[in-house]
Amino acid sequence: MAKAELPLHAPGTQLDKGYIGQSVPRPNAQRLLQGRGTFLDDLRFPRLAHVAFLRSPYAHAKIKTLDFKAALASPGVIGAFDGRAVAEYCTPWIAVLAHLKGIKSPPQHAIAIERACWQGEAVAAVVAESRSQAEDAVALIEAQWEELPVVVDMDEALAGNTVIHPELGDNICFKRELDTGGVEEAFARAHVVVEDTFHFGRHTGVCLEGRAILADYNAAEHSLTVYHATQAPHMMQDIFSRHLNIPEANVRVITRDVGGSFGIKVHVYADEMATAALSVMLRRPVKFVADRLESFLSDIHAREHKARVRLACTRSGEILAFELDDLTAIGPYSVYPRTSGIEGNQVVNLTGAPYRHQKYRAKMHVVFTNKNVTCQYRAVGHPIAVALTEGIVDLAAQKLGIDAAEFRRKNLIPDDAYPYTFPSGIKFEKLSHQKCLEKLLQLMNYGDLRQQQETLRASGVYRGIGLAAMIEVTNPSPAFYGVGGARISAQDGATLRLEPTGMVTVMCSVTEQGQGTEAVFAQVAASAVGVTLDKVRVITGDTAVTPYGGGTWASRGAGIGGEAVLLAGRSLRSNILDVASQILKTDKATLDILNNEVVNRLTLETKLPLAELGRVAYFRPDTLPTDFQSELSVTRHYTPRQYGFTFTNGMQASSLEVDPDTGFVRLLKHWCVEDAGTLINPMLVDEQIRGGVVQGIGAALYEECLYGPDGQLLNGNLADYLVPMSGEMCDIVCAHLETPTRQSQLGAKGVGEAGTAGAPAAVMNAINDALAPLGARVSAMPFTPERILKALGKA
Amino acid sequence: MEHAVETTLTVNGTRVSRRIAPRQHLVDFLRDELGLTGSHIGCEHGVCGACTVRVNGEIVRGCLMLAVQANGCRVDTIEGLSDSGELKALQKAFHEKNALQCGFCTPGMLMAAQDLVVQKKKCSREEIRSHISGNYCRCTGYQAIVDAIEQVLNGQS
Repeated sequence: MAKAELPLHAPGTQLDKGYIGQSVPRPNAQRLLQGRGTFLDDLRFPRLAHVAFLRSPYAHAKIKTLDFKAALASPGVIGAFDGRAVAEYCTPWIAVLAHLKGIKSPPQHAIAIERACWQGEAVAAVVAESRSQAEDAVALIEAQWEELPVVVDMDEALAGNTVIHPELGDNICFKRELDTGGVEEAFARAHVVVEDTFHFGRHTGVCLEGRAILADYNAAEHSLTVYHATQAPHMMQDIFSRHLNIPEANVRVITRDVGGSFGIKVHVYADEMATAALSVMLRRPVKFVADRLESFLSDIHAREHKARVRLACTRSGEILAFELDDLTAIGPYSVYPRTSGIEGNQVVNLTGAPYRHQKYRAKMHVVFTNKNVTCQYRAVGHPIAVALTEGIVDLAAQKLGIDAAEFRRKNLIPDDAYPYTFPSGIKFEKLSHQKCLEKLLQLMNYGDLRQQQETLRASGVYRGIGLAAMIEVTNPSPAFYGVGGARISAQDGATLRLEPTGMVTVMCSVTEQGQGTEAVFAQVAASAVGVTLDKVRVITGDTAVTPYGGGTWASRGAGIGGEAVLLAGRSLRSNILDVASQILKTDKATLDILNNEVVNRLTLETKLPLAELGRVAYFRPDTLPTDFQSELSVTRHYTPRQYGFTFTNGMQASSLEVDPDTGFVRLLKHWCVEDAGTLINPMLVDEQIRGGVVQGIGAALYEECLYGPDGQLLNGNLADYLVPMSGEMCDIVCAHLETPTRQSQLGAKGVGEAGTAGAPAAVMNAINDALAPLGARVSAMPFTPERILKALGKA
Repeated sequence: MEHAVETTLTVNGTRVSRRIAPRQHLVDFLRDELGLTGSHIGCEHGVCGACTVRVNGEIVRGCLMLAVQANGCRVDTIEGLSDSGELKALQKAFHEKNALQCGFCTPGMLMAAQDLVVQKKKCSREEIRSHISGNYCRCTGYQAIVDAIEQVLNGQS
């Protein structure tokens, strides 16, 4: 008997195991494999109009005049609009949150009024019958500008000699300080103090599908249907409603297939709000799809940080304290509604977090600059915090002459120490750092690799091994955004319905962008109800159809949405058995559901196929007792509440070779051991981790949005901005531990960001390990050949 | 229409004639004029490979070729090769190994991979990686894609 066919109530477990833990292929992948998915740009509408934007060519400039005369005369043009015209229909927003004390940002409009604050900010819109006609007309807009002083450097922004938004007083969006006390004393009694300053380049998500929105206003109903490549349909419904002044019940957001998101598509973008407003203004459907060049200029960027970190430890290698000073720049606006203060905040929360020291002091500034805005992108703050932590930990180990693995073994929070509160205040329910480390070392044959490295060094081959311990924020409670006043749901819901044919339809508020969300919901639903996987259909991404919920972000889909599906599925199972008990005139307790049939619980003898039960319940309820009503649709919701976040932990390792003559890094292998609690579909988990690792490798080796001193983006295209391609990547070995969270019955934690969180640190440590015998060290990502050669004194 | 040029080509085995603007790219023509939306637009400057289609048996970037240049040509897209069954083995392997996540790169990736399959060569993982190195995938990390292609190539021998 295949595992999938085993009886569902595995003795001694909380779970209906069923498909949970099985690597089944994603049912919804078939359409994508035949090019028959429905991405936003694939939709066809009557009277569809297309918008193109005039974007500021300057990083900071006053808009003196915009002359639309020639543009309006251009073929196919329906209208041309400036910021004031669109502002009549769309109110501005200010991205602050109450729990980020003191955060400030100016109002941002759908289309800039009077002034552009970054190169690429939209300052006018042209709507035409085709996109090419709209673009032709944009080129005909006569714009006169007055250039203003630009602030591009983070330190200059902090110094505040030029203030971008004078009404705010300075360029500081947000600052935070944290001090456990006792840090000075710890550094004073330390035998060894190590310190370094790390730089992290700006990079961006580069979703293969550009941001995309199609807004369809119906003037008769004063209703707006928005087809949107978004991670958070309900959040966007609320935002369109409030800023376009349309009752929320009249706004429907539909999300079909989405071509990658990674956090890029969870924010409010001015040009997308403008598109929705234009649909209202023109009373017809209007579409905007960001092309690759405007994606680089207007998709959120992330990461730009400069951080000094210090570590104090004893001669025997016991870490006593960490100290952090982080500076990060976010462009001219905090991004709505999540704010751009979260990444820096996470860096403060998470730096040093796998280790058991108790003294910690941190200072962090978030500053405005005249570059594109930054906000939450996959792993938000984690890659910075993990690289700072693991970089300085390696430096300490090196200084003490202790092996990197041994140093971590001494200092990781012990597996029996939970629940545990880290000095920054974050709470860990249950982690498994020590087991993870040992499993990783075994998986990679650490000892053999070290020996091989030593041997090769003698022949002038410089290989490096880098380790990185990490934790990851997953399944956030309302503590992330809700407490700060954002209308961002931390709960999600699922409706399960038994169809007359015995099929089960699942409708869930968590969305799918390729992670396999719908597949894991199908697995959970099939297991919970007792049907086979082919009997389940999953619907997501429609505010008019699914229960209300937060959507997909912060590695929450499986843990929160999956739990809602599990709860609804168990309840539906019980309701189905109520119906069966009536039809069969048998005690419910003697019945169960297995492989699409009601069976005798003990003998597993078939009693009633679900298709027959459905027929009776829906079409012949007259045959059931008059006081009985079947309830074959069930909705359940779930919010994690016991902990602010359900942390996961993991450990990564990188093996690579540095060519000291060219500065090139060749990746040899990468390993990741991750503990994400209950694994629902190990194959999908592995692919989430591998994809995340490769994004992290991109950050470490290739990706950077380069700006000139005038605030011009220098490499805003896919030829000049390097992303990881298959040729440079290596195989990535994944292994797992399973420490289920006790907060939910499913026990699943999140896994979407772990790869990206840890990979940059592992690669950095491996490069520095390779360079160590040459007396060189790098600390500015990405580690380009040029930077490595400079460190070697060769460039 | 500005300077439209009468163009006739065979798309997925069907002859089509249209008056086409000379500046229209092949992929825009396939998507907008013929409704063949399986070929995707990722960068429009020839780097990402999402718009890969086959013209007279050779894989090309649909964003680097003008539609009028395809006059008299045989063009095959993901829809055609799916219906003919030519991609069946690759599609099955991609599905089983989860060699796709969001699926936006997948049609182009399959077209590139099929190019290796029709060459009937045995390839190492490095050669497979090199062959698809013009197709950008942000989701998977490429490993499952390499695994799937490797399975199909080895199955051929």
